[in-house]
Amino acid sequence: MTKEIRLMKGNEALAEASIRAGLQAYFGYPITPQSEVLEYFAEQAPKRGFTVLQAESEVASINMVFGAAGAGARVMTSSSSPGISLMQEGLSYIAAGELPCLIVNVNRGGPGLGTIQPGQGDYFQSTKGGGHGDYHLIVLAPSSVQEMADFVFEGFKLAEKYRNPVMILTDGALGQMMEKVELPPEGSLPYVRPEWATTGKAATRERNIVTTLFIEPEVMEQVNIKLQKKYTEICEKEVRYETINCEDAEIVLCAYGLSARISQKAMDLAREGGIKAGIFRPITLYPYPYEILNKLAETADHFLDVEMNAGQMIEDVRLGVNGKKPVHFTGRMGGMIPDPEVIYQEIVKIVGKK
Amino acid sequence: MEENVLEGLECVYVKPDTLTDKYQHYCPGCGHGVVHKVLMEVIEELGIQDKTIGVAPVGCSVFAYNYMNVDMQEAAHGRASAVATGVKRVLPDKYVYSYQGDGDLAAIGTGETIHTVNRGENILMIFINNGIYGMTGGQMAPTSLPGQVTSTTPYGRDPKKIGYPLKITDLLANLPGAYYVTRQAVHTPNAVRKLKKAIKNSFEYQLLDRGTCFIEVVSNCPSGWKMTPVDTIKYLEEEMLPQYPLGDLKVPQNN
Ligand SMILES: Cc1ncc(C[n+]2csc(CCOP(=O)(O)OP(=O)(O)O)c2C)c(N)n1
Ligand code: SF4
Repeated sequence: MTKEIRLMKGNEALAEASIRAGLQAYFGYPITPQSEVLEYFAEQAPKRGFTVLQAESEVASINMVFGAAGAGARVMTSSSSPGISLMQEGLSYIAAGELPCLIVNVNRGGPGLGTIQPGQGDYFQSTKGGGHGDYHLIVLAPSSVQEMADFVFEGFKLAEKYRNPVMILTDGALGQMMEKVELPPEGSLPYVRPEWATTGKAATRERNIVTTLFIEPEVMEQVNIKLQKKYTEICEKEVRYETINCEDAEIVLCAYGLSARISQKAMDLAREGGIKAGIFRPITLYPYPYEILNKLAETADHFLDVEMNAGQMIEDVRLGVNGKKPVHFTGRMGGMIPDPEVIYQEIVKIVGKK
Repeated sequence: MEENVLEGLECVYVKPDTLTDKYQHYCPGCGHGVVHKVLMEVIEELGIQDKTIGVAPVGCSVFAYNYMNVDMQEAAHGRASAVATGVKRVLPDKYVYSYQGDGDLAAIGTGETIHTVNRGENILMIFINNGIYGMTGGQMAPTSLPGQVTSTTPYGRDPKKIGYPLKITDLLANLPGAYYVTRQAVHTPNAVRKLKKAIKNSFEYQLLDRGTCFIEVVSNCPSGWKMTPVDTIKYLEEEMLPQYPLGDLKVPQNN
């Protein structure tokens, strides 16, 4: 199979890309707005030779992912906000056990059962650990159907390189919208079963053990030191972001995923209205691109954080800007989508001209 | 040259290579150690050490991987059968077993337990029923007996208030996904021999791919029960076994 251009829903593009990235096993539980992922895999699995299993809960799915990843397989799960909350214990175990895998969160509005409409309220639980203990997922935030597909490849690569769980944090709108997508050929991501995997103790080696229990605090501390070293390396090497029109920008809109797309419209309106607006879009939400923000704070006068929540990423924007310039916020909550016109009005208010 | 201490003596027992030399942390008289031993003997006798992956629980046997010389994963509390499912689904040609206590398997992990067996996962599940939470210091388990005094039922377990002993093995035997379900024990040499046979059969059944094999082992906990090991045998026979009678609950059908 060669590269191929198709018109697809975000969730389906992500699923198709996963198969092309050499997915070996998927475990998941239905929840709107991401059930298409499981459905797509269920339909394709017998034809394309990978394992798919509908688990009895997200708690079970994430622990099945633990087992399959521990056995060295290229494995993933997907869910939406309430299901991701249920997975947090398992994610902490997976991070502690340093098991590579991919988790997709098609974020919906919350808290509680919430709404099935798109949201970004899971920023905290995705980027700050989420479960117990000191750990991080690598978090990738696509803002188009193309990136939904591309980040699957990126995600597996990073997961296997660092032996760390990777999350694709997207939302219900990106999962459901249809766009043109270019898909890489099947089998283009090489796979080698890791030697630490539990595959049966050969006479030629010691037994392999996957554990997250380090009962002596001295040992547990060493494990933490090793993890933190890994996170430092990730922060040094894997930061990804996009900037648009920031060179001369007096105001920089900070947004990820769907909010970044909406912010682009607001930026265009502002430029038409004579305000020099730019966009800063973090692609990795962990590691967060603090440095570029700090640099932008040298030239821009204002930062406007735009999110589909009450303001979560704004804490990281503030850390990046580090008090050099004011950081403002605008957003909608609970599954409501920000209106570019309203963002534009906000820009006008901040910059104070028109 | 090494001194042959066995000179003139008959060697009657050799520890299998599938058990490590690590000193086991189990309390004296505890059933866990015996189950570990027969399980590892079977793996050695069948010659499947290189094809076997075990999954340890959270409970007293959390360190099973220190003693069992096979590839192992240590699961979150209650999730051993989900982890074992993940392993078996990506390594269908390997032998996979899970090992869990009653709190792990029949309280926090009840959902995973039922659904693993209901899917007929082609694995062996070993369930140590000692009627108490050993690791956390002797709290009530779902399998604790009516009237049983534990640290969280200081006046005895009152089934009207906190439920009856959960006979999860009986429940599981009703599921079509279960291929072989049996209840065994380790309190007498004869019981140990029977358990060993059940374990051996279960591994052999994995080759047939007919469903889940489930072995409950009625066991003791001298520390949690606050009894001498000898007294636990008496309690086990007189109090536990009437509630949890030994024998097969589902025997393989040849179809
Ligand atoms: C999520 C979670 N809740 C609670 C615990 C604490 N905990 C550890 S072991 C255990 C019970 C173990 O009892 P059992 O499964 O019967 O095994 P035993 O120790 O008796 O062999 C509990 C409640 C935990 N580790 N994780
Ligand atoms: S506390 Fe009970 S179950 Fe745990 S090792 Fe001691 S006797 Fe065995």
